[in-house]
Amino acid sequence: MANKLLSLENVSAHYVSQQGTRVVRAVDEVTLSLDAGETLGIVGESGSGKSTLALTILRLLPKAARIVGGRIMFEGEDLVDKPAAEMRRVRGKRIAMILQDPMASLNPLFTIGDQVGEPLRVHEGASRSSAWQRAIDLIKSVRIASPQTRVAQFPHEMSGGMRQRIVGAIGMSCEPRLLIADEPTTSLDLTIQAQYLDLLRELQRTHGLALIFITHNLGIVAKMCDQLAVMYAGRVVEQGPVSRVFSQPLHPYTKALLGSIPRMTEEREQLTAIDGQPPDLANLPAGCSFAARCPAAFARCQVEAPPDFTVEPGRSARCWLAAPTVHASIDQTIPLSRSAAS
Amino acid sequence: MTAVMEAKGLSKHFQARRGLFGGSRGVVRAVDEISFAIETGHTLGVVGESGCGKTTTAKLVLGLETPSGGSIQFEGRDLETLDTPGRRRYRKSVQAVFQDPYASLNPRMRISAIIAEPLVTNEKTVAPEVRHRVLELLDLVGLPERSADLFPHEFSGGQRQRIAIARALVLSPQVIVLDEPVSALDVSIRAQILNLLRSLQTRLGLSYLFIAHDLAAVAHMSHEIVVMYLGKIVESGEARALALSPKHPYTKALFAAALPSHPDERSDEPVLQGEVPSPLSPPSGCHFHPRCPHATARCAQEAPRLRPVEGRQVACHLFE
Amino acid sequence: MTVTTTPLAAAAASPAARTLKLWRLEGFPLIPVLILLLIAFVAVFADFLAPYDPQIGSLARRFRPPAWEAGGSMAHLLGTDHVGRDVLSRLIFGARVSMVVGLTAVLVAGGIGTLLGILSGYLGGWVDQVIMRVTDAWLALPALTFAIFLAAIVGPSELNIIVILGGVYWTRYARVVRGEVLSLKQREFVRLAVVAGCSKWLIMRRHILPNVLNSAIVLATLMLGVVIVTEASLSFLGVGVPPPKPAWGLMMADGKKGLMVGYWWLTVFPGICIMLMVLSANLLGDWLRVKLDPQLRQL
Repeated sequence: MANKLLSLENVSAHYVSQQGTRVVRAVDEVTLSLDAGETLGIVGESGSGKSTLALTILRLLPKAARIVGGRIMFEGEDLVDKPAAEMRRVRGKRIAMILQDPMASLNPLFTIGDQVGEPLRVHEGASRSSAWQRAIDLIKSVRIASPQTRVAQFPHEMSGGMRQRIVGAIGMSCEPRLLIADEPTTSLDLTIQAQYLDLLRELQRTHGLALIFITHNLGIVAKMCDQLAVMYAGRVVEQGPVSRVFSQPLHPYTKALLGSIPRMTEEREQLTAIDGQPPDLANLPAGCSFAARCPAAFARCQVEAPPDFTVEPGRSARCWLAAPTVHASIDQTIPLSRSAAS
Repeated sequence: MTAVMEAKGLSKHFQARRGLFGGSRGVVRAVDEISFAIETGHTLGVVGESGCGKTTTAKLVLGLETPSGGSIQFEGRDLETLDTPGRRRYRKSVQAVFQDPYASLNPRMRISAIIAEPLVTNEKTVAPEVRHRVLELLDLVGLPERSADLFPHEFSGGQRQRIAIARALVLSPQVIVLDEPVSALDVSIRAQILNLLRSLQTRLGLSYLFIAHDLAAVAHMSHEIVVMYLGKIVESGEARALALSPKHPYTKALFAAALPSHPDERSDEPVLQGEVPSPLSPPSGCHFHPRCPHATARCAQEAPRLRPVEGRQVACHLFE
Repeated sequence: MTVTTTPLAAAAASPAARTLKLWRLEGFPLIPVLILLLIAFVAVFADFLAPYDPQIGSLARRFRPPAWEAGGSMAHLLGTDHVGRDVLSRLIFGARVSMVVGLTAVLVAGGIGTLLGILSGYLGGWVDQVIMRVTDAWLALPALTFAIFLAAIVGPSELNIIVILGGVYWTRYARVVRGEVLSLKQREFVRLAVVAGCSKWLIMRRHILPNVLNSAIVLATLMLGVVIVTEASLSFLGVGVPPPKPAWGLMMADGKKGLMVGYWWLTVFPGICIMLMVLSANLLGDWLRVKLDPQLRQL
């Protein structure tokens, strides 16, 4: 679709070892899209490639990793072959990012005002005094009391929750169109986390901002997101509107993931555990990478990786069970002919 | 139902030292006169935010800290009055599993030595018997026998946590302190470990003291829950009842802040404002009053005591 | 309920196998290690390798230049000194002195420092206060001057040099090891050992010591260079290894007068030996630090 804010088409990013012998498919053929003002949750366990995906969008991959294919369309431009100098103008200005550790994201030697105003000076050539003034407004907008005095303070003079808000203010300083938040609340206490998520929601409403939440926490997705993409072993195995995916998961991995979280509202003796471990990304199995742990796997899953089947508009899953031809009955013995990929 | 362990008016105060000569400036009441009981075969969940004293409580139970006041009773006897063999028996009966499976196993020891350490240290056991016990425990926590001769770095986080559990079980303890046992693990692995802990509890009749910040996990695991705020218990009671209809304004706010398990359950309740005050200078009266939407003048002056309210204990002037 | 087992890493690698794997890694300082091995080899087999007795010369053949210079001969490849002793033979036996003094002094310093560092870090309280104040006082003294002072009191001998160097340099170990112990003490496996009922001594021996050994080894390699330079300096100043024993520093001291009249080989060759050995030790130490540093290496 042309009017999407961000759309990824078959994006792959691989890590290659120095000898070139080991290829880690950290992000593999990911197709995603996001409208302006929308919130997308990217959920996965450690090593699923979700953080690499965020770095891929920003073109901040470490040296050993490369984007090996696909297009990243952002506001009608392909970011993949943008020159590095132009990419720098996109980062921080049109796409901002918030990281997990608020202490590590702030430089202890500079005042809050200097750090919040820095993107304005870099991207918009604002003078020191006008950046300082705008910093005060930004600090106020992330609901920190007495911004006049806070602006001249140093990071160590603030609590963890406040620091995380400051990081949010830095992200918002140039009025970006898209904000990527990588596990933004894992180090925060429960009530502080709720305050912060509330704040992000409000900023999003007032600025028409699109948000991408990178998280392992399905609760954050349930609370915050419109769209959900579930990643497993470098691939998006299922995506769709959040409430549809939560109510009727298509992929057995999504199903198991949802079943594995304890719920306050129901009493269960056992949670649905997913046995085993995720596969080694440098040595993926021939078929579906989840087949070894999948309770519904059948012969075909072991030999052939399923393509991305579109089940309904905006909803797809990489699972043979979602294929139109096998939906009704699963034939365990006769290998099926290759069905039409979406 | 009998309590295997009971804390009565338990306190732990730390001197906050400052300055070159260590001049004492104020006292941090990390745990302030709390009482709770762990029933045999039950799980007592402890929830609260950072600085509430839940980790100090765990340390007191484990004997890693000595209480400044109050007492811990084990099988009806006060720990203070126990003689040396009695204390040793207590230490063997209370074991722990901690949060970080990467930090809880000595990287220089083989799995068999890690699991056997409490046994070898506390009892005279011959080598073949130790080996037998290690293999038995590995089987119990669902790891293959050959794990015994490997080193910790060869295992994933979930497997390491299984090893840590096996080690905690080697002395056949009665109580296991679980301090955030799954929060460092991946979502799909968490369920494995929680299921394992529950099945071990039924099979071995274990009692757990379960500390976690994930409220749903605590509600799922616990029979009773204790909610702490700045060193004090604000509410305690039967787990499900407490989780579904919290009474104390703080418990309400805490459970309202918990993340929903389904997008349709998004709550519109207002979020609790402000942050937890410094434990060095807690607010007067009820510690929660500056953030409490129902606070009155009385709350700033008089600290509420825990009182029975509909089958549970609540420390709030609203319920008198 | 059943808990399925998951495949473990197929190869049950022993620590020895892992160490072997370490050597095959990139960046291994091959040349420095070869130089150190060569020096060690020469030191061990000095008796067979040296063409002459290093302590006996003949005045008739004093100040012979190296073989390739005018007046030199193949009989004395690197020339002879002011009493006609063969320089090559003295260098070969000097390697033995440097190795023995360097390694044992590092071992002594490492032993004292690691022990005190562990006690200080783990026990804390007044033990920590006492050890750290002594360390501070020790560090405030200029090491070389302190060593000269001690050497002047106890008199020069190889054993005394070792004791002095060990006594001077243990403080660095104590500092580094203490820091490491403080962070280890917070690790959960140490807390669990307390819960399991292990005594303080057992915890220090079984849980703390093996985990600080890496740092101690790295530090030892880096200290080797420092100790060898100090030994050479002491010998150069006449308070080190007593003559006529061939030590590289002593050889430089003996040759320094000849430098002005063109007998350069008496100082340059021992100088090169000292430099090569110290440089090699430092390069190896730097590499080990990166490889073994628990901060950089994921366990």
